[in-house]
Amino acid sequence: MADHRIEISGLSAFYGAFRAVEDVNLTIEPGSITAFIGPSGCGKSTVLRSLNRMHETIPGARTEGKVLLGDQDIYDRSVDPVAVRRAIGMVFQRANPFPTMSIYDNVASGLRLNGVTKRGVLDEVVETSLRSANLWNEVSGRLGSPGAGLSGGQQQRLCIARAIAVKPQVLLMDEPCSALDPISTLAIEDLMIQLKTSYTIVIVTHNMQQAARVSDNTAFFTVEGLGTSGRLVETGPTRRIFESPSVKRTEEYIAGRFG
Amino acid sequence: MSESTGLGAVALLSRRRVVDQVLTVTLSVVMAGTLALLLWVLGYVGVEGLKYLGPEFLTQTPPGNAADAGGGFLNGIIGSTIMVGIATVIAVPIGVGTAIYVQEYAGPGAGTARFLTDVLVGIPSIVTGAFVYAIWVVHFGFSGIAGGLALGLVMTPLIVRTSEEMLRLVSRDLREASLAMGIGRARTIVSVVLPTASSGLITGVMLAVARAMGETAPLLLTALGNDLFIETNPTKRMSSLSLQIFGNAITGYRTAQARAWAGALTLIALVLIFTLIARLVGRRSAIAGR
Repeated sequence: MADHRIEISGLSAFYGAFRAVEDVNLTIEPGSITAFIGPSGCGKSTVLRSLNRMHETIPGARTEGKVLLGDQDIYDRSVDPVAVRRAIGMVFQRANPFPTMSIYDNVASGLRLNGVTKRGVLDEVVETSLRSANLWNEVSGRLGSPGAGLSGGQQQRLCIARAIAVKPQVLLMDEPCSALDPISTLAIEDLMIQLKTSYTIVIVTHNMQQAARVSDNTAFFTVEGLGTSGRLVETGPTRRIFESPSVKRTEEYIAGRFG
Repeated sequence: MSESTGLGAVALLSRRRVVDQVLTVTLSVVMAGTLALLLWVLGYVGVEGLKYLGPEFLTQTPPGNAADAGGGFLNGIIGSTIMVGIATVIAVPIGVGTAIYVQEYAGPGAGTARFLTDVLVGIPSIVTGAFVYAIWVVHFGFSGIAGGLALGLVMTPLIVRTSEEMLRLVSRDLREASLAMGIGRARTIVSVVLPTASSGLITGVMLAVARAMGETAPLLLTALGNDLFIETNPTKRMSSLSLQIFGNAITGYRTAQARAWAGALTLIALVLIFTLIARLVGRRSAIAGR
């Protein structure tokens, strides 16, 4: 499933007239976990949200440049952003299950709202998605109860199940563990490592230990000051970035000297 | 030294405690006063209304002569229900639709729409009645439809305002979660935003219904009233509870005033019943959506 690489070239992202990120060039390998790290305001979340065209849903926000999924530019005029988001799923910082829906309906929502109504199909997708998200054993007996009644960590896994239920090729995760306790965080990290065989994963994280633990490749972003554009400083295999970064700025950040 | 620091802290604490006590008592008194006023109104209407409210009142039309005892407001209850029904059918789609446009799409004209809504909320309802009189009644005569139109004009801006507020309360996270799954914007609004806001939307609509139930001025110029018989045809002039309460209360006859009190109590009860039904329906549809 995850057989397409993502090639970002010359990507800039704007909020109104403000250029939040400038000229990002980066290749994301299929079937791997890529971590975006960097200080607050460096634009790593903005770049992430540009990968499935969620950035432009904010009023006044727009992008420039190309993002190729395989050989298709997702910003091509002929491409429907809704189709892009179906192929590139997303998990957010705060778990956001639909409060009016049960656990079952949360997972089924993506298919159902896209027109799938067959009970058998839905049942199967709900079960496999919840199993993939390591949540099935905890909730299989109460699929009809509200999704919002789960613990924080379970809610986040529910959101992962909901995201993979529509069978995307890529899973974008925007600080998925920042609101979770260490045990729930570990559960999500284990899950990510299991999922990377089927999905290309890109994760934004403030937690450098997390980036070191789970990711294959790391991209380091930074920003010089308020009102300036964030940029990609360097990228490479996680081990190399953490052990022998080629740019001084990266080394300082990883050593905890700023950010 | 540690002793003096301790004493200072205690003094500060006790001063804060006094302020806290004073404010707590003040606010409790204000709250109790508001509650007492509300209970007084309800209690007074209840006591006066129950003196006459009974099966006869709910099943008959008023006596031909207002000075006579007996009779009821059945025609008004029916008229109010029909006209507020017409008004709701007009105002809910327009009101909620406008709120969705202004809040969710914020397209061209959204700011203007919001401003005009605020202006419309402030228009005295007698003016609304006069407007409907001029554009409708002059051509087609007094009717329940004209009454419903006038009430719909009263309800629409109220519904726009409350609905907009309720839609704004739905967190952006939920919209993003839906959009990020490749669900289109319209579908997101219908299947995620509206259900999440539903109880608030229903409350807003019911507030507008309650307001319309009590409106009298616009109906004087549009539905006119009809106490001769029960009218269920909305193309004819109709009575309403509010018109009957007004008409009977100003007569000066104790008999008519007794009917007016019973009518006032019936009005409050009707609004309560409609609200309960709306809540139940809302809850059921939320469950069915699961």
